[in-house]
Amino acid sequence: MSDMNQQMAAKYQGNFLKEIEEQAETGEWVKMCMQCGVCSGSCPTNFHPGWEHPPQEIFMMIRAGKREEVLSSQSMWMCVSCYNCYVRCPRKVPITHIMHGIAEYAYRIGRAPKNQPTLHLSQTFWNNATKTGRVNEVQLTQTLYFKDGIASGIKKAMAMQDVALGLVKAGRLNLMEAIGGGHKCKDIKGIHAMLAKAKELEAQRKGRAA
Amino acid sequence: MAKKEYAFYPGCSSQKGASASNYLVSVESMCQTLDIKMTEIPDWNCCGASISYAEAGELPRHVMNARNFALAEQNLPERDIVATCAACWLGARESKERLEHSNVLLADTNTALKEAGLNLKVIPEVRHMVEVLIEDLGYAELASHVKKPLEGMKIAGYVGCQTNRPFGIAGESFENPMYLDKLIESVGAEATKYDQKVTCCGGALAFSEPDKAQAQIKDIIEAAYDSGAEMLVTPCPLCQANTEVYQGQINKKYGTKFNLPVLYYSQLMVLAYGGSAKDAGLNGQVIRARKLEEFAGK
Amino acid sequence: MAEIKHAAYICKGCELGSRLDAAALVKVATKDGKMPLVREHDFLCSAEGVAMIKNDIANEGVTHAAICACSRRAKTEAFNFPTVAVSRGNLREGVIWIRPDTDEARETTQEMAEDYVRMACAEVKAMKVPEGNQNTGTSKTLLVVGGGMSGMTAALEAAKTGYKVVLVEKTGALGGMAGQLWKRIPNREPFKAPMDSGVADLVAQIEADASIKVYLNAVIAKTSGAPGRFRVDIAVESGPTVTEDIGAIIQATGFTPYDVNKLGKLGGGQANVVDQLGLEALAKSANGGAIKRADGKDVKSAVFVQCAGQRDTSGEHLSYCSGHCCATSVKQAMYFKDANPDVETVILFTDLRMPGNNEDFYRAAQNKGIVFRKGEVSNVSGGDTCKVQFKDLILDEDTSTDADIVVLATGMVPTTGPDLDQLSEANRAAEGGDTTAKEQVVQMMSKSVLNLDYRQGPDVPQFKHGFNDSHFICFPYETRRTAIYAAGPVRRPMDIAQAQEDATGAAMKAIQAIENAGLGKAAHPRSGDLSFPSVRLEGCTQCKRCTVECPFGAIDEDEKRFPLFNESRCRRCGTCMGACPVRVISFENYSVNTVGAQIKAVDIPDEFSEKPRVLILACENDAYPALDMAGMNRNAYDPFVRIIPVRCLGSVNTIWITDALNSGYDGVMLMGCKHGDQYQCHFVKGSELGRYRMSKVYDTLKGMNLETERLMDLEVAITDVDTLPQKINDYAAKIVEMGMSPFKGL
Repeated sequence: MSDMNQQMAAKYQGNFLKEIEEQAETGEWVKMCMQCGVCSGSCPTNFHPGWEHPPQEIFMMIRAGKREEVLSSQSMWMCVSCYNCYVRCPRKVPITHIMHGIAEYAYRIGRAPKNQPTLHLSQTFWNNATKTGRVNEVQLTQTLYFKDGIASGIKKAMAMQDVALGLVKAGRLNLMEAIGGGHKCKDIKGIHAMLAKAKELEAQRKGRAA
Repeated sequence: MAKKEYAFYPGCSSQKGASASNYLVSVESMCQTLDIKMTEIPDWNCCGASISYAEAGELPRHVMNARNFALAEQNLPERDIVATCAACWLGARESKERLEHSNVLLADTNTALKEAGLNLKVIPEVRHMVEVLIEDLGYAELASHVKKPLEGMKIAGYVGCQTNRPFGIAGESFENPMYLDKLIESVGAEATKYDQKVTCCGGALAFSEPDKAQAQIKDIIEAAYDSGAEMLVTPCPLCQANTEVYQGQINKKYGTKFNLPVLYYSQLMVLAYGGSAKDAGLNGQVIRARKLEEFAGK
Repeated sequence: MAEIKHAAYICKGCELGSRLDAAALVKVATKDGKMPLVREHDFLCSAEGVAMIKNDIANEGVTHAAICACSRRAKTEAFNFPTVAVSRGNLREGVIWIRPDTDEARETTQEMAEDYVRMACAEVKAMKVPEGNQNTGTSKTLLVVGGGMSGMTAALEAAKTGYKVVLVEKTGALGGMAGQLWKRIPNREPFKAPMDSGVADLVAQIEADASIKVYLNAVIAKTSGAPGRFRVDIAVESGPTVTEDIGAIIQATGFTPYDVNKLGKLGGGQANVVDQLGLEALAKSANGGAIKRADGKDVKSAVFVQCAGQRDTSGEHLSYCSGHCCATSVKQAMYFKDANPDVETVILFTDLRMPGNNEDFYRAAQNKGIVFRKGEVSNVSGGDTCKVQFKDLILDEDTSTDADIVVLATGMVPTTGPDLDQLSEANRAAEGGDTTAKEQVVQMMSKSVLNLDYRQGPDVPQFKHGFNDSHFICFPYETRRTAIYAAGPVRRPMDIAQAQEDATGAAMKAIQAIENAGLGKAAHPRSGDLSFPSVRLEGCTQCKRCTVECPFGAIDEDEKRFPLFNESRCRRCGTCMGACPVRVISFENYSVNTVGAQIKAVDIPDEFSEKPRVLILACENDAYPALDMAGMNRNAYDPFVRIIPVRCLGSVNTIWITDALNSGYDGVMLMGCKHGDQYQCHFVKGSELGRYRMSKVYDTLKGMNLETERLMDLEVAITDVDTLPQKINDYAAKIVEMGMSPFKGL
């Protein structure tokens, strides 16, 4: 993975803006930011506490070529996909997608922060959903709460006990799913083949083929 | 009025026994009253939701939605796809928009779909249940079925994010959408005014960044209480779950005494249309909606 | 002239008849107003009512008519009788509309109306029918000074309208600053790329136009005369001086860039650090190819520094924003990007100002990959590799960037000629024998653009930063010299598009001025006014106040230092009349007497009546319309005020105030426009001069043993419709509190 990082750094020779434009989803919009800061003021998670670098700053850092600081930042991972910045941006910059795009790219080339909880959530969710074509909520919850190893997993599971118990009582957590039952797609094989192809095509298109 | 038919995309959380199963129950009952026929897309799959962005990347996410489009087109031609889940609707609409605007992306998508024996030509309209209610039936029609108006009940309409941004319901503003308030009023209840109507509940980050998410949820519940609301109503399964199930944890952390029931709009409608507590899925509430249970029993 | 006959007309329309006792008003006009002919009418402004007045003029020999109906600002077309003197008693907006229709109010309302009838009668008796200025000029030729974008546009616009133009350009070619540009900021769709400047096209049009006479390498040696009859001497390099007869003048002398050498910290004067005009020269020689530096090296990276020596708060450089430079830097960065997208271009700004469609231009620039960084530049060093040190205001860090070339966005310095105040000071010192001052005068005069042969100096007066003074809100192209207009960056900083719009506007105003001058009429704001000031020289003490104070430089002095009026230059504000300590200046229809007679005509009840009287002298441009509108909105105010409109606070002669207070008025209120840096006076200096004069009256009041509060100066804008009645009432209440004037009945 760090090979991929070096490979990309070499390819763009310090032109980080170009790198983001080509590699991150909707990254071609970064240059259109006019630095008004409405995004930073509209972000709900920029206040509890603030992001290390709010979107406006991320865009400026990209233009200033601060590659390492941007890619390794926790900031983009704080996006809750509420699209508040997106609809308020006077330049119609798709900020939500850019945040996702930069985060995805950082992860792809091995520069995302270690043990990033939202990255872990994203991995878990996607793997869970694509395993059978549909999300298995019990397994998802279990994986998430045991991610930090057994010790902290138990602590978190204890804290979440009330939550889970409430859902079970209300008939909204299907215990069948814990043992591999529950909902799934019929054509799981087709889905896996389709996704493998999609992944391959995307890697090709972005010049990230292994 | 002729029966309205749609290709139904319930989404993972709205299946039987899943976290929004009460939503599904109430929608089924509501559609019966309104003479709406919802036929499930055969073998539909997960939309990917917003949170999958890092692991999924771009194309795989669109391909997942494209598979649903292709299945709908093949099995339920010329019907609009209707999602009840806000995230499913958003994810699918986003894919539709991207695929329609990029020939490269569409070609790649079809290459991938071929592996599953599918092909996508026309992408059906992708709509949220709320759009069907408002645009295809209208508030007057919705009100005309009311047998037991929810008179005197004060309800905070919590719109949240994903039915509102970035696409939103046609004719509504991002900052103060009114459709949910109007739905509340169409069943005879009072929509309270409060300033956290479109605040984000934290979405999926309720799992990964619980402190941040719960701080937001606290703001929402607090404002709803301040407006005199007796319950919260939402159009989104994740909003519903986040604002309902974390109230206990918030109480522990902040010393609050939250115990605010959180319902789906469809549950209110079923009750107003004369349905039972069971028809409305009231047994699926983690925080019991006692006032509504009483109302249903009358 | 035929015998004088006065008449008064009392209207009963618009509820005047039911709210007021018309018969009593007729009696007042006859008895107190001493009108030999008084008529009332149910609807005076109707065709029938107007016919009645016309019949009296034709068959009864009426020469002076006091029309007591609505405000002088209403029904001006119906009550237009050019051959007779007309005064207006404002019974509608001034009386019944600002009084409640109640039994208690009836008596004071009637008293108010009766006073306005007395005042209208007294005024008209003191008036004459204006005969118009006979000393008119006949030249319809426009002089345009400056052959840049503004000047060429003004010349062409005037020529297209059918007027002859003389265009004087000091250099050897038309085009001005725009002619030195490679391309211009786009002014039409899609606003995405630099456009041809259009200079060549304008030059061709001018050369093809027979009605435009061009003098190149020429300057104005002398301008004498007045609107409609200017005599302008044009000195042509290595040729004879030519004299042209000119009707009106447009000064479009443009700007020079702020001296880049003053910006040492920003690398001014160092190798490969240029100003925007310097970059245009490089782009011009590249002729569409890759732009090279002066040393012939290819440019691979360029940094643009915005606000270089502009918006400066230290007082060392220009304090203002020149408006065009952000878009100009964007345009210049595009020169590089359009030729070679790999050239790195960075624009360092603190606030990017891209008004109007420039927003699209900005987007296009971002799309082309021009990088914008919000940063404050502290230091630039030139050389083979230039270094720009700056603080990134978004990332909050000190940083620097290297570049092959640095472009400084310096500001515009207007080409207005010497500052008249400084010049007159130097002149005074020079007359006192100061030799340095003498040299200074010569040096300053050498910078003169118009060389006006005016008592008040050779050029148009300046306001701030050397830009010419004009009424910024209402009459932007005006200067303080009638029939001399300013267009383009000489007036305020602007880009080509704005300059062309400016030039068109100025051309239209200049044509209006020519036509008015030919008819002996005033230019705005009293456009069409035929009256002009006349002076009784036998009473004049040669004090020069009128010649010094005239805001428009209309009055010269003859050899004996008597005032020499140039009627065509006059704007009819009456500042000279207000200034004259011996009261020898008057207009036929506006004089010390026309107002004085009204003040005397008001019935002053005795001190036990509990009916005070407050005189309000209200500026006709802002305060009086505001009062009328208060009436239209039925905003009631105190019934003890009597309002007389004045042309400008500057026309108020102190005698009116002292006479009023001497004759028992309890207070005097002056309503005039804002003065100072943000002035709104339609005559620019009138309200300021008026107020200065009034400040002297306070001493007189003390001498009379009167409270100074009995004279109140109120700043009024036309928008004060809703607050003005309250201010009147507050003052009236204060007068009541103070008690009645001790001067009653003396």
